[in-house]
Amino acid sequence: MGDKLLEVQNLHVSFKTYAGEIKAVRGISFDVEKGECVGIVGESGCGKSVTSQSIMRLLKVPPAVYKQGKILFEGKDLLALKEKDMRAIRGNQISMIFQDPMTSLNPTQKVGKQIMEVLVEHKKLSKKQAYKQAEQMLNLVAMSEPHKRMEQYPHEFSGGMRQRAMIAIALACHPKLMIADEPTTALDVTVQAQILELLQEVQKKVDMSIMLITHDLGVIAKMCDRVIVMYAGQIVEQGLVQEIFEHPTHPYTRGLLKAVPRMDMSRKNALNSIVGTPPDLFAPPKGCAFYARCEEAMKICEEHMPVIQEVGGTHKSACWLHHPMCPIKNRKEEA
Amino acid sequence: MLRYMIKRVIMGGVTIWVIITITFLIMHNIPGNPFAKEGKMTEAVYHNLMSYYNLDKPLGEQYVIYLKNLAKFDLGPSTKSKTRTVNDYIADNFPVSAKLGVTAFSFALVVGILLGIIAALKRNRWPDYICMIMAIIGVSVPNFILATLLIEIFSLRLGLVPTSGWGTVSHMILPAIAMSMMPIAHIARMMRSSMIEVLGQDYIRTAKAKGLSEGKIIRRHAVRNAIMPVVTIVGTTFANIVVGSFVVENIFRVPGLGKYFVQSITNRDYSVILGTTIFYSIILIVAYIIVDLLYILIDPRIQLTNSDKKTSFFKKKTVESKWG
Repeated sequence: MGDKLLEVQNLHVSFKTYAGEIKAVRGISFDVEKGECVGIVGESGCGKSVTSQSIMRLLKVPPAVYKQGKILFEGKDLLALKEKDMRAIRGNQISMIFQDPMTSLNPTQKVGKQIMEVLVEHKKLSKKQAYKQAEQMLNLVAMSEPHKRMEQYPHEFSGGMRQRAMIAIALACHPKLMIADEPTTALDVTVQAQILELLQEVQKKVDMSIMLITHDLGVIAKMCDRVIVMYAGQIVEQGLVQEIFEHPTHPYTRGLLKAVPRMDMSRKNALNSIVGTPPDLFAPPKGCAFYARCEEAMKICEEHMPVIQEVGGTHKSACWLHHPMCPIKNRKEEA
Repeated sequence: MLRYMIKRVIMGGVTIWVIITITFLIMHNIPGNPFAKEGKMTEAVYHNLMSYYNLDKPLGEQYVIYLKNLAKFDLGPSTKSKTRTVNDYIADNFPVSAKLGVTAFSFALVVGILLGIIAALKRNRWPDYICMIMAIIGVSVPNFILATLLIEIFSLRLGLVPTSGWGTVSHMILPAIAMSMMPIAHIARMMRSSMIEVLGQDYIRTAKAKGLSEGKIIRRHAVRNAIMPVVTIVGTTFANIVVGSFVVENIFRVPGLGKYFVQSITNRDYSVILGTTIFYSIILIVAYIIVDLLYILIDPRIQLTNSDKKTSFFKKKTVESKWG
């Protein structure tokens, strides 16, 4: 694997509210290498979106507070940059597509103009050049009749077309990293597949890294090289897709994988689920955040937070079960 | 588009006819008559006057005569003034009111929208509080008090502008400010809440993710989307302001149309009541049509439907919303 494009080191993000401080992201560290696709998976409220928006510095400060940590992009700490320097990176070197394409485009502006805007802003192109380039972008995202689409408004587009337009905006300046925050959640299944294929294709063509945030393990399996599993603002497990899917080592990951509906499942059985709810992030537990829902919880889990440790190769897991002193041996084989 | 306009104009005509009829009936049912204030007059003089203005004829006949004259754009003679007709009043006094009104309106629009934007951007911080306190003052302080204060400060103490009168630009400043305070307050409050809503939308986040500066985000993406509710209220505001204000015009001795609205009623000056009412209605209806056209210009999702169904006559536009 090549060199590191993005390094997140011990990131803590909180939101100050009248009711108290919500510790949304609690000390996460991970890397994204050049040209790879990293998936972040976890249930709602686990801090996936906060992490991605922190990298773009899109969170409003206050209420958000970057309490600790660094986000290094090509060695530069994004959290230390001035707003003006950060603007030069947003949409240019790092771009982002969002969950709901229905509302993510400006309804009163022509789609073409919305794509041109980034090109004029960052590449200092003339209107004419930008128009040409924008049309090429629409072509790249496999939009039919790009010339006609340039002059249309978002409400004349279907959901899939709008997400293609969003991708065109995100790709326009040839970013090094694209963050896709649940890009297919609001789309129906066939369109979902098309958009994912499109993302894979353009990733090859323009050679960029993708950070894909989703709660759909199927999407991860299809798209990603590596997976990061988040729970309650922390990373519980990370590793290559094969490692995670074939040998999940954290009870939460195992629970997630069991919860995926399968074609060969009997109709009579209810879908598997992880019993309980995630902890309150106003006052996160002292020990493992998953303790209360974990089937394999031990005494130590309640008292002490597990540290993330290697369980083989690139595969890391934050669970006491993998501690060398753990009395239950050979967890991996059992899984 | 043309069909839509024709429909609207016909509808406007019907509306005005309804307004005339209702005003006509109400007006003739107010006790008193146009000559009650003239003091003692002989029976013969009274009868002559009544027949000169057709007031001795049955109400139905008077109504028909009025409509016939109206069709010739003749609003009739004033019962109060021996020499001036209602057409004269409008021709002489309306341009003054309109000039002052358009100035006040433009001022209100610019200042109101700016204050609203500032308040929304600095929500719950001191610029917001200052803007909203100003808005509350604008709504709650009557303009005759404001006018007197303005004269006291700017004319008497500082001597910057004349106290009253009409003719030069400096005569227009104080009355325009006095008239614009209320609309500024309304527009600012409307703009603030609408702007706050728009700033929370996903496409603003997209604009930010594009790396645009805050100024560009506001100008290119927020204002156009936030201005719709303001456009809705400015139609009425425009009509109200342009036909003149009784209070402000009286205080500043502006020879506008405003005072005739009020005086005509106390004078039972039937033709002036009807004339000014019709005139105001026309301006209001035209303002509404312009507002509807502005909607189409501002928001591409709003389109005119040209359906031939009977019901569509009253359904003048549909919001084609494929959004959430």
